[in-house]
Amino acid sequence: MGQPKRILVACGTAIATSTVVARAIEEALGERHIQVITRQCKATEVPSLVQGMDLVVTTTPVPGNLGVPVIQTLAFLTGIGREAVIEQIIKALGQ
Amino acid sequence: MTLTLTDCLVPEAVNLGMDAENAGEVIRNIGGKLLYAGYVRETFTDAVLAREKTIPTGLPLSGKHNAAIPHTDVHHVIKPGIGLATLVRPVVFKNMVSPEEAVEVRLVFVLALDQPKSQIEMLQEVAQVLQRPGVVNALMEAKNLYQVREALKNNVAEKS
Repeated sequence: MGQPKRILVACGTAIATSTVVARAIEEALGERHIQVITRQCKATEVPSLVQGMDLVVTTTPVPGNLGVPVIQTLAFLTGIGREAVIEQIIKALGQ
Repeated sequence: MTLTLTDCLVPEAVNLGMDAENAGEVIRNIGGKLLYAGYVRETFTDAVLAREKTIPTGLPLSGKHNAAIPHTDVHHVIKPGIGLATLVRPVVFKNMVSPEEAVEVRLVFVLALDQPKSQIEMLQEVAQVLQRPGVVNALMEAKNLYQVREALKNNVAEKS
């Protein structure tokens, strides 16, 4: 197995929402035996922290042209479209 | 010890069947109660209102009622607590993921969190509630704090 993939998880304040989303991603991918490392940040911090990341998952809009795939979703909060987003994340990580 | 949502719910900051004109009125009402109960600083309500303008917290849910989870930076908070409002008629919050979109909201959790990345179990419980239309409906129908606690207890008991 290769290096764990790195996912930057962004929300408005990096307090509540991204905490829930990061944990949900770790659990969902863990169940599928995919190791990931998540880091949380504010949406405004994404451009300065995106270096070395494989994917950005965000619940609020982030600046464009980051050079890595960006998935913008509320699925880990509301449950709507959760499975589809997990598939999208796996695909974006090239797993 | 793990804090549950029920532990964090501030009884003085629960307003069931509130009739509000708009989202700002809900935030000012619950923010004022959290202030009075000693959970947040005087700057909290204005900070939440300002944040809602740029990075809103409206969440369209799968059931018939939508929710919002207004909150703000930790330095406006004295100790962690959650305020709750259920509304007799919806108010408009903007959609978290696409802020140009309006969401008609009747369930509002005002989150006062004092540390980034903390209270994870309690936050997961909030997300779990939002993902379960049955629990949301039970909260919407709750007439008193006892019924709110029962709804949250049933949420925890339910298998995910």
